[in-house]
Amino acid sequence: MTEPVDHPAARALAERHRLRIWEAIPWLLALGFFFAFPKHLGFGTELLVTVLFAISLDLVLGYAGIVTLGQAAFFGAGAYTVGILAKQGIWHEPITGLLLAALVAAAVGFGSGLVLLRTQGLTLLMLTLCTMALLEEAANLAHDYTGGFDGLDSLPIAPLFGRFEFNPLYPTTQYLYVLAVLFVCFVFVRMLVYSPFGQSLRGIRENMLRMHAVGAPVRGRLVLCYTLSAAIAGVAGGIWAQANAYVNLGTLGLDRAATVLIILVLGGHGRLYGAFIGAVAYISLSHFLARIYPTAWQLGLGLLLVVIALFARNGILGIAAALRRPAHRAAS
Amino acid sequence: MTKWMITAALAALALTTSWAQAQEVKVGVALPYTGIGAEFAQLVDRGMELYLKLNADKVKPYKISLIKRDVKDPGGANAKIAVQELLTQDNVDVLAGWIYSPNAIASAPIVTAGKKLAVIMNAGTAHITTMSPYYVRTSFSMWHAGYAMGEASAKLLNAKTAVVGYTDFPPGKDSLAAFKRSFEAVGGKVVDEIPMGGAGAVPDFTPFFQRAKDKKPDVFFVFVPAGDHAAAVVKTYAALGMREAGIKLIGPGDITQDTKLQAMGAAAVGLITMHHYHADLDNPENKRFVEAWKKEYGAATTPDFMAVGGYDGMAAIVHVVQTLKGKVDSEKALEALKGWKFASPRGPIMIDPVTRDIVMNEYLSEAVMKDGRVFQKVIGKIDGVKDACKEQKIGPCAPK
Repeated sequence: MTEPVDHPAARALAERHRLRIWEAIPWLLALGFFFAFPKHLGFGTELLVTVLFAISLDLVLGYAGIVTLGQAAFFGAGAYTVGILAKQGIWHEPITGLLLAALVAAAVGFGSGLVLLRTQGLTLLMLTLCTMALLEEAANLAHDYTGGFDGLDSLPIAPLFGRFEFNPLYPTTQYLYVLAVLFVCFVFVRMLVYSPFGQSLRGIRENMLRMHAVGAPVRGRLVLCYTLSAAIAGVAGGIWAQANAYVNLGTLGLDRAATVLIILVLGGHGRLYGAFIGAVAYISLSHFLARIYPTAWQLGLGLLLVVIALFARNGILGIAAALRRPAHRAAS
Repeated sequence: MTKWMITAALAALALTTSWAQAQEVKVGVALPYTGIGAEFAQLVDRGMELYLKLNADKVKPYKISLIKRDVKDPGGANAKIAVQELLTQDNVDVLAGWIYSPNAIASAPIVTAGKKLAVIMNAGTAHITTMSPYYVRTSFSMWHAGYAMGEASAKLLNAKTAVVGYTDFPPGKDSLAAFKRSFEAVGGKVVDEIPMGGAGAVPDFTPFFQRAKDKKPDVFFVFVPAGDHAAAVVKTYAALGMREAGIKLIGPGDITQDTKLQAMGAAAVGLITMHHYHADLDNPENKRFVEAWKKEYGAATTPDFMAVGGYDGMAAIVHVVQTLKGKVDSEKALEALKGWKFASPRGPIMIDPVTRDIVMNEYLSEAVMKDGRVFQKVIGKIDGVKDACKEQKIGPCAPK
């Protein structure tokens, strides 16, 4: 057996999955937000759900390189699972409800992934969009179960652990619940992307032909990744429906799918924390600009996106990385 | 001694601050100021502002300040956050707005939990007012026009058969259900029901209208959402020669929305609609309203039924503020509004004390050419129309 090579590059490779001290910052900030801004928790909850949703997209888009515009299909599948089960009086418990949402979304992801992932590029993009549109129209038509355009309202969601009620006016329970679920999902995704499976996904993204050549089961990996991502998006949708006690066609719409894509690109894809940065930047900006200028806030947001698209192709985290790189070079 | 003085000073301070609070009434406005609803939000917003401007003396000595929030889309989530923050951060006394029904439906639990009077100025799904005891509606329900039109078609237009074409989302289905119920109750028959695509985009109406034409009904009742659908409806109707075939195009006033009507031009002539308001209504309040509107916002602009929803909604809020002398307690505010009567530009209106929904006249109008513009001529009127859905306790409108 050979000794491990003592080279900076080898060290960097061997250590890159380790936890870094700054990785605690987002979580501390999220907890701090809870105590500092008790009246902004509705906004905070929406923000955290968006982060979770963006992480699910990061897994397929950032790591596996599957370009999709239909991620909201799984968000909606999860949301409607929770919504229909609660409304029909079948299932009210939140945590197991999320597992069911994940299962249903994963099934949708697996089924559509088997077909879609035979294609690539623009075809794939269009087909993901079509899948979502089909689901949206199906939800519109199945009015008796989904409530159609008006959606399902006043969902009876049981208190968390049988104790903590979801208060619609002061969503403290919702916020902490979403934060906890986000944490669990994030730890899972973090483990996943640094595992050999995650490495093979990156390989597929960088050079699919070569991965075929080395005998990696490319399509199987992609379908599995797509399914896992769908499950996480389903959890995001399910928890959104629980936190709002509400679900409607907006959960399946192109608006949501496009927004989360913008958020990920804004923050930086394939970087785990890009979802956090992007969601915080996009949602906070649109929220607070809209409060100041209810009619013209989109101008400010649009300008930011143009600047990012022009000068920072790899998103906000890309800027940070670009700033760090020369410093590293100087050090070594 | 000093202790007493401090106490007295504190008491005085407390008095003046509570006095200052009594002077100002904060109204939280939740409207879609951006996106596809922006054009509607502007109409409602202008209606509200115009009422405040024309009736400044009625507001005195109190001050009404509007805190406006963009609810962005019909998705519900953003509306929820906006309403929640208006209640918890801005501590508003009254809520107002709501263009889209899904937003009003999503907001209902928060409105109930926040215990503040909430005036709905547009959202028209019938059962919304049953969802929160604090909802009061000054706009309309889809049943007002649809139900009245069914009866009028049989009695005034002498129609025996009808085909209904509707945009396939809840207001469309509401409209269909309302029309069918009343039309068939007075002996008419709906021979076909044609869903015509979703509300998101304007479809090609030709296949739907051809199907309607083939059935040779006396009237073709069309519901499409306010906005850009109506122009395409009118164009297709003319292109297929349906008028020559003896089929009358009828519908609720959404298809002759004032802001869109002139652009349709001569093709709109002959359209027969049932609605609670259009800008050509002949009554002194409306004359004053339209004149003030054109003066304020430009001669080329016109108010429409959405603007009147905002205008009357603000009138309701001012009535509450006056009755309660600036201290808006929600329960008392609701009491003040139940049975409230007002001379609106749409004619006399009242808030039904039982359902908190509006009671108003419905006008049967025909579009004619007059002085080079399309003019809506009133050819029939039904007084004091209530929301038939709640009146007859149909489906979700039945009290819970």
